[in-house]
Amino acid sequence: MIVELGHFALILAFCVAVCQAIVPLLGAWRRHYGWMSVGRSAALVQFPLVAFAMAALMYAYIVSDFSVINVIQNSHTDKPLLYKITGVWGNHEGSMLLWVFMLALCGGAVALFSGNLPPALQARVLSVQGMIGVGFLAFILLTSNPFLRAVMPPENGNGLNPILQDPGLAFHPPFLYLGYVGFSVSFAFAVAALIDGRVDAAWARWVRPWALASWCALTVGIAMGSWWAYYTLGWGGWWFWDPVENASFMPWLAGTALIHSAIVVEKRDALKSWTILLAIITFSLSLVGTFLVRSGVLTSVHAFAVDPSRGMFILLLLVASIGGSLTLYAVRAPSLQSGGLFAPVSREGALVLNNLLLATGAATVLLGTLYPLFIDVIGGDKLTVGPPFFNKTFVPLMVPVLAAVAAGPLLAWKRGDLLGALQRLWLAFAAAILVAVAGLYLTSGGPVLAILGLGLAAWTALGALVEWAERIKLFRVKPGDSWKRAVHLPRAAHGMTLAHLGLAISVAGIAATAFEREQLSVVRIGDSIQLAEFTVTLDKVERQPGPNFVADDATVTVRRNGVIEAVMHPQRRFFELQQQTTTETAIRTSLLADLYIALGEPDQNGGWTIRAYWKPLISWIWFGALVMAFGGMVSLSDRRWRVGVAARARMNAKLQAAAGD
Amino acid sequence: MKRFAAALLLALSFAGGASAVEPTERLSDPALESRARAISQGLRCLVCQNESIDESGADLAHDVRVLLRERIAAGDSDDKATAFIVSRYGDFVLLNPPVKPATYVLWFGPPALLVIAMGGLILGRRRRAAAQEVPLSADERQALARLMQESEQ
Repeated sequence: MIVELGHFALILAFCVAVCQAIVPLLGAWRRHYGWMSVGRSAALVQFPLVAFAMAALMYAYIVSDFSVINVIQNSHTDKPLLYKITGVWGNHEGSMLLWVFMLALCGGAVALFSGNLPPALQARVLSVQGMIGVGFLAFILLTSNPFLRAVMPPENGNGLNPILQDPGLAFHPPFLYLGYVGFSVSFAFAVAALIDGRVDAAWARWVRPWALASWCALTVGIAMGSWWAYYTLGWGGWWFWDPVENASFMPWLAGTALIHSAIVVEKRDALKSWTILLAIITFSLSLVGTFLVRSGVLTSVHAFAVDPSRGMFILLLLVASIGGSLTLYAVRAPSLQSGGLFAPVSREGALVLNNLLLATGAATVLLGTLYPLFIDVIGGDKLTVGPPFFNKTFVPLMVPVLAAVAAGPLLAWKRGDLLGALQRLWLAFAAAILVAVAGLYLTSGGPVLAILGLGLAAWTALGALVEWAERIKLFRVKPGDSWKRAVHLPRAAHGMTLAHLGLAISVAGIAATAFEREQLSVVRIGDSIQLAEFTVTLDKVERQPGPNFVADDATVTVRRNGVIEAVMHPQRRFFELQQQTTTETAIRTSLLADLYIALGEPDQNGGWTIRAYWKPLISWIWFGALVMAFGGMVSLSDRRWRVGVAARARMNAKLQAAAGD
Repeated sequence: MKRFAAALLLALSFAGGASAVEPTERLSDPALESRARAISQGLRCLVCQNESIDESGADLAHDVRVLLRERIAAGDSDDKATAFIVSRYGDFVLLNPPVKPATYVLWFGPPALLVIAMGGLILGRRRRAAAQEVPLSADERQALARLMQESEQ
C-alpha cells in the first residue's frame, strides 16, 4: 500500500511540477501576482510529495518488501540496515529518484529562502525549476519506475553489490547529487535573468550562495568517491580519469569558475554575460554527466541503464534544456549591458584568468571524455583516452591557476599592482623554493614535476596566508587589534583563505604521490618484508564470520627499527550470495604518511600475497578537499548573504536618498 | 555512482579481490621489471573500463603483462615492446592516444581553445576600449559646460 502511495505521490509531484512550470511563468509575463505566487506554493508542495515517494521506497527496502522489483534486484534480508537504506540509491531507478528529491529540495529551499526576491524573478526561477522537474519526473515515471511490483515475489532479493556496501560509498551519491542538482538553481536564475533581460549586482548576490552551497556539496561528494576508491581498490588508486569521474569533475570545474565570476558581477558589475553562460554550462555539464552515466552511451560497465529508450529520453531532455537555454542566451545575451571596465592586471583580470583556465580545463576533460565516443560514431579506429592524456593536457592548465591563486586576491579591483603584489608574496616565494629544495634533498633528486607541485602548493598556501595576514595587519599592529580585525573581517574573506589553503593542501597530497613506495610479495606466516624503513611481518591469518560474508583476517605487525609501529588487519571478504570477494585494506593514517596494506590471494604453499605501500601525504588530498568545502561553508555563513540584509540595505539607501532630497 | 566503474569492474572481471601485478609475474631483474611497470601503466586492460593492465586484475591484463615482460626480457626496447603490443591489439590498447590526424582535434583542441579564448578576450577589450573612446560631440560638450557652470553657482 505504502509503495502505491509513494508511486501516487510521485505522479502528483509530476502534476504539481507541470503547474509550477507554466503558471508562474505566465504570471510573470502578464504581471499577475496571484499566478506568480503559484510557483512558491507549488515548490513547497512538490518537496513533501517527492520526499514521501522517497520515504516510501526506503520503507520498502527497510521492511524488505520483495514484491517490489527494485527491492528484489538490489536488496536482501541479510544486509545490514544502513545498506538497506543506502541501497535505495545504489541502482538506476532509485538514484534518479534521489536526483528528483534533491531537485525538489532545492526548489523548496528557493521558495522558502528567497522571499526577498522580486516576485517576477522568483516566479521565473521556480518555473525553470519546475520545467526541470517535469522532465525528470516524466523520465522516472515513464522509463525508470522504482515502484513496479513483481508478479511472482521471490523469497529473498538479489542483494547489493558487496563493493557498494561501504559507508564511504553509501553517502557519496547524496552529496554528489546535491551538488549536481544544486547548480540547477543557478541555472534557473540565469535563465530567469535572460528572460528578464536584466543582470545586476543583486542578481549575483542572490545566485552566489546557491552556487557556493552546491559547489561545497559537490566537492565533498567527489572527495568521498575518491577516498572510497583509495581504501577499497586494494592498491591505493584514488583518481582514474574515468568517464564517470570526469562527469562529476566537469561541473566542479565549471562551478568553481562560476563562484569566482559571480564575485565580479556582484562587486564590479562586469562579466555578466559570461557568468550567465557559466551558470548554464555548469548545470548542462551536470546533465551531461547524468546522461553519460545513465544512458549507457559509454561502452562502459557503468551502463547499468542499458535500455535505449532511457538513453533517448535523457538525450531529448539534454537537447531541450541545454539547447533551449543556449538559444535563449544567444538571443538575449547581447542586450545585457556590460558594466565596469578594468585593466588586465587587476582583481577582475585575475578572476578572468581563473575562469579562462578553469573553463578550458573543463573543456579539455569534456573533449577527452567524449572523443572516443565521437571517433566511434564517425567510424574511426577505436581509441582510448586515458590518464596520460589528461596528465599532459589538463595538468599544465592548472599550474598557472595555482600560480595565480596566491597573487589574485592581493590585486586591487579595477587596476592592480602586480609588482607590488609579488613583492608582498616574497615570503610565499621563499617558502616555495625552500619546499622544493627540501624535497629535492629528501628524495635525493626525485621526480621534478612532483617537486614543482610541492613548491606550488607551498606558494599557494603561503600566498593565501599572506593575504589574510595583510587584511588583519598581523604583526603590524598590536595582536589585540589584529584579533579585532580578524573578528570583523567578512566571513567570506576567511572562507576564501580557507578554500585556497585547502586547495594547496590537496595539491601537496597529489604531488607527493610520486614518492610512494610499494612492496609486493608472497609472504608465509611469520615472514617479513621490507617497505621503506618499515619491517612488515605477517603474524597470522584467521577466518572470521561477518553479517553477510566470511572474512580472512590477517594480523600484520609493522616495525620501525625493531619498535612496533602498528598492528594492522587487512581482510579479504567473501560474499556467499554474490560469489564475490572484496578486499578490506588496512590503512594506518598519520599526518605525514599512510601505511597501506592489502591482503591478496593465498598460494598452495601457505603463503599470502601482501601488497604494502608507504604513501606520503596521501590523506592531504581529501583533507584539503574538506578544508575547501569548509571554506565554502564559512563563506556561506557571511551575514551579507542572509535573507533581508541586502533588502534592508537598499531600503536604508532609499530612505537616506529621500531624506537628502 | 561515480566509482561504479571500478566497482563493477572488480565485480565482473575477477573474483580474487583487488590485485594487479602478481608476485609470480615479476621479472627477476629489477631494472627490467621497473621498465615493464612503466610501460604497462600506459597500456589499457582491454576488457576493463579505463584501467591500465598494471592496475587491473583481469585475466587478460595478466596475459598482456606476461607477454610484455617476455618481450622486455627478450631484449626489446620500450618502444619496440609497446609497438609489439599495439600490433596485436591496435591503438585501442594505448591509454595515451597517439598523435595522428584522427586525434589532432583531441591533442591540439585544448591549447587551441585557450589561444582562441585569449584572442577573443584581447579583441573584445580592444573593441570595447575603442567604443569607449568616442570623443564628446559639440552638443555634449556644451551641455557639460552648462552643467559645470550650474554646479559651480
